[in-house]
Amino acid sequence: MSGVLEVRDLAVRFGGVTAVGGVSFGVDAGTVTSLIGPNGAGKTTAFNVITGFQRPTAGGVLHDGTAITGWRPHRIAARGLVRTFQKTSLFPALSVMENVVTGLHLRGRVGVMAALLRRGRVREEEQALRADAERVIEFVGLAPRRDTLASALAYGDQRLLELAVALAARPRLLLLDEPGSGMTASEKEALATLIRKIRADGVTVFLVEHDMRLVMGISDRVLVLNYGRLIADGSAAEIQRDPDVIRAYLGADARA
Amino acid sequence: MGAIWFIALAAAATAPLWVWNPYHLHTLIMAGIFAVLALSLNLLLGYTGQLSLGHAAFFGLGAYASGLLTVKLEWSPWIGLLVAVALPALAGFMIGRLALKIRGAYFVLLTISFSGVVSLVSINWMELTNGPLGLPGVPPLAIALPGVAELSLRTKTAYYYVVLVAVTVCYLVCLGLVRSRVGRALVALRENETLAESVGINVTHYLVLATVVSAGMAGLGGGLYAHYTRFVSPEVFLFTYTVTMVIMVVAGGKGTLTGPVVGAVLFTALPEVLRAATSWQWQMLLYGILLVAVLFFMPQGIVPSLRAAVQRRA
Repeated sequence: MSGVLEVRDLAVRFGGVTAVGGVSFGVDAGTVTSLIGPNGAGKTTAFNVITGFQRPTAGGVLHDGTAITGWRPHRIAARGLVRTFQKTSLFPALSVMENVVTGLHLRGRVGVMAALLRRGRVREEEQALRADAERVIEFVGLAPRRDTLASALAYGDQRLLELAVALAARPRLLLLDEPGSGMTASEKEALATLIRKIRADGVTVFLVEHDMRLVMGISDRVLVLNYGRLIADGSAAEIQRDPDVIRAYLGADARA
Repeated sequence: MGAIWFIALAAAATAPLWVWNPYHLHTLIMAGIFAVLALSLNLLLGYTGQLSLGHAAFFGLGAYASGLLTVKLEWSPWIGLLVAVALPALAGFMIGRLALKIRGAYFVLLTISFSGVVSLVSINWMELTNGPLGLPGVPPLAIALPGVAELSLRTKTAYYYVVLVAVTVCYLVCLGLVRSRVGRALVALRENETLAESVGINVTHYLVLATVVSAGMAGLGGGLYAHYTRFVSPEVFLFTYTVTMVIMVVAGGKGTLTGPVVGAVLFTALPEVLRAATSWQWQMLLYGILLVAVLFFMPQGIVPSLRAAVQRRA
């Protein structure tokens, strides 16, 4: 197994506050890896740095051996690192179909000149993109909702649509920021199945999640962050037995 | 819907045949020039969601570019028109680059400042622009036919068709961009910039692109205006022009293709209708009341509201 993503001595400080304080870890290709930790541990900040939305104070990020630290998000996405967001993030005024077709941006080739002068090519591309989008929508199970506006979807469906938009961008490494938050138990069950299917398709999945049942059920490996430091790294079973992790979650006096 | 299109296109194509009153034809020509401007503003405001409150600057730059080249250097008005597109487009490129990370209120301020600067230059650079006196004697557009004398497009009927062609071209440019991956990238910027970036859309690139096309189009409107009125003065930079464009786009239906055109025709004709119907004291007051009424009853704009009404009946 090779490390598709390498994070080295990553530190992010906001003024005097240390969000992430010198963290190193790798994510192996073809795995589902989870990053967990109490609120404020620095999980989302780490995600933001990896995907280019936040510059680190120190340290760096390597993807397939290439340093991508400080790159702009769209360039990182073009390398196949695509993320979702903790707070639901969609194109609200567009339909499910339009959302996913927009997510397919990198798959298209038409530029201004073609858009103005080569309508035949545009039509071909539009048809191809729509067919692709249809497959993605089918995959996440939103086919009956394809013409519904994103803003009119039920919450659980909105989260599925976010996943669909991210998948449309053809990730090789998919970063999911609390994909299960606000979902019902059965929706989380379906989400776990989806994530397994995504991995089976050869996509590496890296997720931040609070729901331990979800995390332990799908993760090949779990990383635990507390107060900006990595305190544990291992299989789901190892993490559940780790005294440091138990202390971080339950308090200093807890005995397992 | 097809029938409405057919009637509108037929009416537009034959207007000089049944619009006898030259003043009414003049109003239609101005409506066409404003349609070009409204289409231009809509590309930014309606699709990328960024409000340019300095749009008159691009319009004015176009008018001055073509006016100066034809008056001072006696270039062909057609080349003047080309430069009227190119120069504002270049200015749009620079504004777009400056706006790398500037959005919303800051974008508005940037465009207002730009407009202020260009306006001041036009007033104070006396040697070049004649300052507030303006630039008289801008030549009309003309077509040189081989073997025959030059065919001047000085008549209102001829100019009406020049403007009609320009509106059609601008409409098709907008249509082409909007109904492609490019247009979707613009809408993605309006709807959710962060998500757009995270799926690989180079948001800055598309904002610069929209600004360039929009500025070039507004410049074309300026060039057409200069060769129609045959006179350019610093008044082309008036804030009123920008506000009128915004009214046309918003009332007509921003983010739609036909909305700006409908808005341009209605809100160019409205002051004229009101002038004929009432005294001057009432004119602006009624204009305001009607505008508020439109926005109150059709907050999405005229075109989207009518479209929804037609769909409900069908």
